[in-house]
Amino acid sequence: MLSNKSIQRITFLLALLAWLLLIAADLTGLFKAMRRSPSAIPQWLPQLLLAFFVLLQFIYFRSNIGKAESINFTDLLWRVFVTGLMATLGSLLLLGVGNAIEGYRIGKSILVQYLFYHINIALVLMFLTSTFVVWKRLILYQKTKSLLRFWKGFEYLLVGSLALWVFMPRVNTGFSIIMMLIFASLAYGLVLSVNLKWVAYLNFRQKWKSILLILLVLLYLSYFTRIMLSATQDWFEVLGGPKDGAWSFLNLRLNPVAVSLLGFTFIYALFSLLVILFNLPTSSVFEQKLEEVINFQRLSQAIQAGEKEEHVYNILLDSSISAVVADAAWLEINDQDGEGDLILQRSITDEELLRVKKSISKGIVQSVLERERSKSVTSHKLVATLKDPTFRSMSVYPLLVQNKQIGTLVLLKEVADGFNREMVDIINTFVNQASVSIENFRLLSEALENERYKEELKIAQRVQQALLPKKLASNGCFSIHAFSQAADEVGGDYYDTFQLSDNRYAVIIGDVSGKGTSAAFNMSQMKGVFHSLVEVAQDPKDFLVNANAALSRCLEKTSFITISYFIIDTSTKTVEFARAGHCPTLYFDGSTGKAEFFQNKGLGLGILRNSNFEKHVHVNTIEYKPNDVLLLYTDGITEANNADGEEFGYDRLKDLLEQFAQEPPEKMQTSLIESVYNFSGKRFLNDDYSMVIVKFNPN
Amino acid sequence: MVEIHTAEQDNFHLIQVEGDVDASSSIHLDETISEVESQAKNILVDCSKLEYISSAGLGVFMSRLQDYENEGRQMILFGLSEKVLNVFQILGLDQLLIIVDNFEEAKDRVDAI
Repeated sequence: MLSNKSIQRITFLLALLAWLLLIAADLTGLFKAMRRSPSAIPQWLPQLLLAFFVLLQFIYFRSNIGKAESINFTDLLWRVFVTGLMATLGSLLLLGVGNAIEGYRIGKSILVQYLFYHINIALVLMFLTSTFVVWKRLILYQKTKSLLRFWKGFEYLLVGSLALWVFMPRVNTGFSIIMMLIFASLAYGLVLSVNLKWVAYLNFRQKWKSILLILLVLLYLSYFTRIMLSATQDWFEVLGGPKDGAWSFLNLRLNPVAVSLLGFTFIYALFSLLVILFNLPTSSVFEQKLEEVINFQRLSQAIQAGEKEEHVYNILLDSSISAVVADAAWLEINDQDGEGDLILQRSITDEELLRVKKSISKGIVQSVLERERSKSVTSHKLVATLKDPTFRSMSVYPLLVQNKQIGTLVLLKEVADGFNREMVDIINTFVNQASVSIENFRLLSEALENERYKEELKIAQRVQQALLPKKLASNGCFSIHAFSQAADEVGGDYYDTFQLSDNRYAVIIGDVSGKGTSAAFNMSQMKGVFHSLVEVAQDPKDFLVNANAALSRCLEKTSFITISYFIIDTSTKTVEFARAGHCPTLYFDGSTGKAEFFQNKGLGLGILRNSNFEKHVHVNTIEYKPNDVLLLYTDGITEANNADGEEFGYDRLKDLLEQFAQEPPEKMQTSLIESVYNFSGKRFLNDDYSMVIVKFNPN
Repeated sequence: MVEIHTAEQDNFHLIQVEGDVDASSSIHLDETISEVESQAKNILVDCSKLEYISSAGLGVFMSRLQDYENEGRQMILFGLSEKVLNVFQILGLDQLLIIVDNFEEAKDRVDAI
C-alpha cells in the first residue's frame, strides 16, 4: 500500500497536471473558436479533466486530514479557515494583477482573462473540496451505520452527477436533469446538515472561536459565489452568451458538483453557526457535567498501588466543592492507625468549624456529624439551615464502608437554601464512589496481609515439621514407625524417642489442647521439656511430675498437654509407662491375638498446677513378648467423624489392630490410616492425628 | 455450633450447654462462664445436651479449677453422656471436677454446703 504522504504527493501532482491540461485544452478551444475554425478538441475532454481535477483534490484532502481521533474540532475549523484565506488571497491577488494590467493590451486579451478565470476555478474548487472533507469529518462524528450509509449515498450522487455532466450531450434535457441532480444533492446535504453532535463537545471558549471561524468561512463562500457568477457573466458579455456546444463548459454554474458543493458547504456552515450560537448559554452546564464525570472517574481510579487513602479524600473534597460551588467544606475521617482523626479543611478555620458543629444539636445531620450512621440516608435529609454569621446552609454526607461510617463530608454555603436536590444527588454519587474506592483499597490491603500470613504459616509449618523426629531410636529388639498429620497448617501433636542407654529407650506421644498456631507453640515447648527431662528423670513418674511443674509455669491458663510416656527396656523385656490424660494406649498381645486398652489413671499436664499432681500419676510395668504391638495414637483418630456424625471410636481401632498386627509397623500404619479415611469419607480430618507403632521382634 | 443458656437461682447459676463445644465455640462458653462468675455463686453446668467437647472446651473448665478451689466455690457438671464423660475421664478431669448424674443430685450437692 502507498503511504499517506505519497498518496498526497501523487494526487497533488496529478491534480495539477489535470488542471494544466484543462487550461491547455480550453485555451486551444477558445483560440480555435475565435478564428471560427472547427475545434479539434472534443467537447467532453475539458469537462473530463475538470472532473478529474475535482476527484483528485478530494482524495488529496481526504488523506491530508489525518486520523479521525487525532484532531479536535477547532483545529478542523481552523484548517478550513486557512485554506479559505489562501484561496481568497490568491483570488484577490489575481484581481489586483488584472486591474494593474487593465490599461495594457495584454490586460485586454481575452486569453489572459480566460487564464485568470481558470486559476479562480482551481482556487474555488480547492476550497470547496477541502471544506467538504472537513464537513464530512464533523458530520460523521459519532457516526451510526445508517448515517454512514446515507453519507455514502450523498457521495455517489455527487460522483454520478459529475459523470453525467461530463458525458451527457449538452442539450436541453441534459440541463434539466443536471438541475434535478443539483436539487437532489442539496436536499441530501440539507438532511445531513442536522448532524452537529460535535458542537456539544466544545467548551465555551472553543464555541466562540468556532463562531468566528465559521463566520469567516461564510464570508469566503459568498465571495466565491460572487466570483463564480460575475466571471461567467463577464464571459457571456465578452463572447455574446453561450452558443450551443463549445462555450457551455465555461459555465461553472452548470458544473453540478461545484454548485452542490457550494450549496452544501454553505448550508452546513450556516447550521453550525446557528447551533453553536444557541448552545452557548448551556455550554457551562455541559462543561460542569463533563467535569463531574471526570472527577467521578478520578475518584474510582484514585488509589493505585502505593498511594494513600488521603489521596481519595482530597479528590472527593475538591470535586465536591467544585460540583456544587460550595464556599467552604471539611472532611473528617475516623482514626485508623492511632494517629487521631484526619480532618481536611477548605476555606474554613478551626473556630468556624467548631461553631458550625455546635450549632447542630439534633436530627440526622447531627448523627452524621457524630459519625454514628450505619446505613445510607435519603438525600433530602442531608441538608440543614444554619444560624451562623458566615454560613447559612450546610449539607452533610456520611462515608460508609461495610455499613460503618468512617467519616463525614460537610459542605457549606454562605447563602440560605444553597443546596438543591441535584447537588445532593451528585455529591452522594461522589461520596459513594469514594467509599467504594476506599473499601476496595482496604480489602486489597487485607488480602495482601492475608497472603503474607499464609507465607508465614508455611514457614511455621516447615519449622514445626522439623520438630518431629525424622529418625526414631530403636535397636533390633523392636521396630518402630510413626506418622503425623496436622488438620491446619500447623498442629499440636507430638511424638519423639530417645535412647537412654544401650537397652533403654524413652518413647513419648503427646497432644496439645486446641489446634492450630497456639497448639503448635505449646507443642514446641513440650519438645523442649522432653529433651531437657528425658535424661535426668529417674522414671516415668519423675518425668511426668517435672514436666507438669515446668509446663504449669509456661502454659496459658486454658491450655494443657496430654502425654503417654514409655520406657522400653530390651534387656529386661519390660515396658514401664505412665499416662498424663492422654488417650489410652492400645496393646496387642501376640500370643492371644487380642488387643486391650491400658486402663491406668492419669491427669493431663498443666491441669493441676501444684504438688497435688503427683497423686494422680500412676506408673505401670508390663513384660512384653515377641510380636506384641504397642499402638500410641492421638484422639484425632478415635474422634474422626463420618458423615452421620458417628465417631471412629475405640472398638474399631481395637478390631483393626487385631486384624493388621501381623504386618510390619509401617504397613500396619498405612492400613490403619486408610481405614480411618475410608470411615470418615473425607480426605482431611478435623483434628490433628498421629500414631506411633512399636512392634517387638522375636529375638 | 453451641447454644448456651443461663439461669440464675437463689444459690447457684445454671448454665445449659447444647451442641458441640470445639476450639471456636469454646470461646462462647468461656465468655458465658466469665459473665456468670462475677457473682460469687456456685455454678451448675447442664451437659445433658452436650454432644461433643474438644480439648479446647475442656480447657474452659480446667482453667477455673484452681481459682474455684481458692475461692471455695463449686462447679458441678451433670447429665453428661457416656461419650462426653469418657473424654473427661481420659483427661483425668473427673477426679477434679464434681460430676453427678442429674440436676437433683447437683442441687442437693449445692444445698448441702
